[in-house]
Amino acid sequence: MNGDTEPFGFPHRHLLGIEGLNPLEITALLDRAESYVEQNRQADKKRDVLGGRTLINLFYEDSTRTRTSFELAGKRLGSDVINMSVATSSVKKGETLIDTAMTLNAMHPDVLVIRHPDSGSAKLLSEKVNCAVINAGDGAHEHPTQALLDALTIRRRIGKIQGLRIAICGDILHSRVARSNIHLLTTMGARVRLIAPRTLIPTGIEHMGVEVFYDMREGLQDCDIVMMLRLQKERMHGNYFPSVREYFHFFGLDYAKLEGAKPDALIMHPGPMNRGVEIDSEVADDFGRSAIHEQVEMGVAVRMAVLEILTANLDNPQPRNL
Amino acid sequence: MAVKGDRAPGRVAYVNARLLDPATGLDGPGGVLTDGEMIKAVGPSVTADAALDGVTVIDCGGQCLAPGLIDMRVYLGEPGEEHKETLASAARAAAKGGITSMVCLPNTDPVIDDMSVVEFVARRARLQGLSKVYPYGAVTKGVKGEEIAELGLLAESGAVAFTDGFRAIKDAQVMRRAMMYARTFDLLICQHPEEPSLADGGVMNSGEQATRLGLSGIPRQAEVMMIERDIRLVELTGARLHINHISTIEAVEAIRSAKARGLPITCDAAPPHFALNEVAIGDYRTFAKLSPPLRLESDRRAIVDAIKDGTVDCIASDHTPEDEESKRLPFAAAAFGGVGLETLLAVTLELYHNGHLTLLQALKFLTSAPADLLKLRAGRLAQGRPADLIVFDPDRGWKVSADKLLSKSKNSPFDGRLVQGLVTRTVIDGRTVHVAE
Repeated sequence: MNGDTEPFGFPHRHLLGIEGLNPLEITALLDRAESYVEQNRQADKKRDVLGGRTLINLFYEDSTRTRTSFELAGKRLGSDVINMSVATSSVKKGETLIDTAMTLNAMHPDVLVIRHPDSGSAKLLSEKVNCAVINAGDGAHEHPTQALLDALTIRRRIGKIQGLRIAICGDILHSRVARSNIHLLTTMGARVRLIAPRTLIPTGIEHMGVEVFYDMREGLQDCDIVMMLRLQKERMHGNYFPSVREYFHFFGLDYAKLEGAKPDALIMHPGPMNRGVEIDSEVADDFGRSAIHEQVEMGVAVRMAVLEILTANLDNPQPRNL
Repeated sequence: MAVKGDRAPGRVAYVNARLLDPATGLDGPGGVLTDGEMIKAVGPSVTADAALDGVTVIDCGGQCLAPGLIDMRVYLGEPGEEHKETLASAARAAAKGGITSMVCLPNTDPVIDDMSVVEFVARRARLQGLSKVYPYGAVTKGVKGEEIAELGLLAESGAVAFTDGFRAIKDAQVMRRAMMYARTFDLLICQHPEEPSLADGGVMNSGEQATRLGLSGIPRQAEVMMIERDIRLVELTGARLHINHISTIEAVEAIRSAKARGLPITCDAAPPHFALNEVAIGDYRTFAKLSPPLRLESDRRAIVDAIKDGTVDCIASDHTPEDEESKRLPFAAAAFGGVGLETLLAVTLELYHNGHLTLLQALKFLTSAPADLLKLRAGRLAQGRPADLIVFDPDRGWKVSADKLLSKSKNSPFDGRLVQGLVTRTVIDGRTVHVAE
């Protein structure tokens, strides 16, 4: 590791995904994020780290929490933040992703945060611009800051990630959150299980170092953490399960199915939740076990850390293009 | 004659019988003792002399005593087509035919694609107190081939397997998802193997006979095309698939080679396809208009061979009652299908009388094989199993006569046929529900 020229131990220009990051790099991001958690709880949340920098949020999909989280993170670090959503941009007028990228690039932003329905679009964008690119979700590929905020939540609650048994349940097929979490959690030494009906388990996923279960009670046995995913109905072309009531009956998280998990198992959900579809309200609102609101809080801290580190790396002569 | 079963059967010893249990290979003299709804003992020690006080003794007169038959493909007409068949009329026909368990198709009105219909059928059948009825659930909502039905909930409420019945699931993506989803719960999907876009408009087997009669044909390839597609989907999904009523050489070959490759595929044959060929249509006989259609003699012989070598796993009647209004029509306009509950055993026993199978082998296709496939408790002569039994004389000859059938509809393709093998007593849950004169 080239510690001298990279003060944070994260030698990358972009954050396009978790795949390929090593445990030290992930730990570096989490350590830095940790320092922002307390700051965000103070009355004065501002630090002038990114003064003069420009952050553009380029969102091709509707998003409330991720966009707001990036916006807050940028503003708390003193950066200028511009939000571009599809509804108001020239994309509506037929401009391609690359043309939009070139146009924005000409305005000299320092960081571009992109969310796009097509897998690989963050990578494509990163090849065309001079600034740092952060993937805020590309299709069913990756959503790295979500995995990082989940990891920070786990680390703060349990103190470690290594050795934990973690179940990721639900719509794995369409989930970038699942893929990023699989990469991160397995890299950090957790034992990851996936639980879903077979129609929502993508082909060959067992080669990503996970165990696959098709029965909730069996899969949740002795788990330390249960991560629920949202059923992404907007991505479901054709039918993958017969009905919401059947889905909830077999794969919705309720106390009955949770019985086999560890007594203090942590419940997580990336949001937004479909109550009564993938998760029972009682479980979601269980103050002692549900980390769902904490996840949102960690999101801002993680994004502040990522913005700070990538911006610092902009001045680094040879960052790796990952 | 049909016997109204008494409510408390008590203990009954069926003695002086030739015991036949395909599950264990038992074929020897002895008897069966039942206690209430269960089998208590099986073997040579069950005799009239050994019977304790309070045990009713029934002398089987040396006839065969076997597990009651399981017919895994029956259309019952209820709810929705009670003018063709009701649970009551089908249950009487089944009792006469020695069938103690029926698995009924979901193509009713309403379709069995909802838990409430599964429960309705099961409850109505229980009220008859005759043959047990296990419903198939529909694979797709409304058997429309579009959206997957609630397979998991239907299975929990009692559906033993899933099929769209008379309709093949045409869309490969829907079939793939259905199989994938079914495998989540290890459920069995059964398919009527016919490519609808090729078979549409056809009324009998395509070929010389159809040409002479001036009828439009269903190409034999329509069957194997669907089977081969589904074999590929089994490779893709790993799901268990059962193919119903195969009728062609090509279908046999495709399934035989898929089984040899170790794929989880099973199939059944229906009596018309191993006992008849398209000649039975003769001069536009609509009782011989079946789906799949009767094929060539070479196909019939291939089905017999497939039964002998184990390519075929089960035999099912494919009982499809159609009333006179549906059959007394020009051939092209008439409905497909034939009744089969009362002829299932006798026509299957032709395979025994013709030297293709032993008696024990023939019975296996109608008892333990479907029971194993559908995970039913019945189909075995063993302690602790349901007391579902038949006593029959495999050699007794009789003539199939449509107007003597107990089925509400009389459309038997075997009308007028001389057959051998008569059920003389049918016992369900320890109660005698049918005795022949």
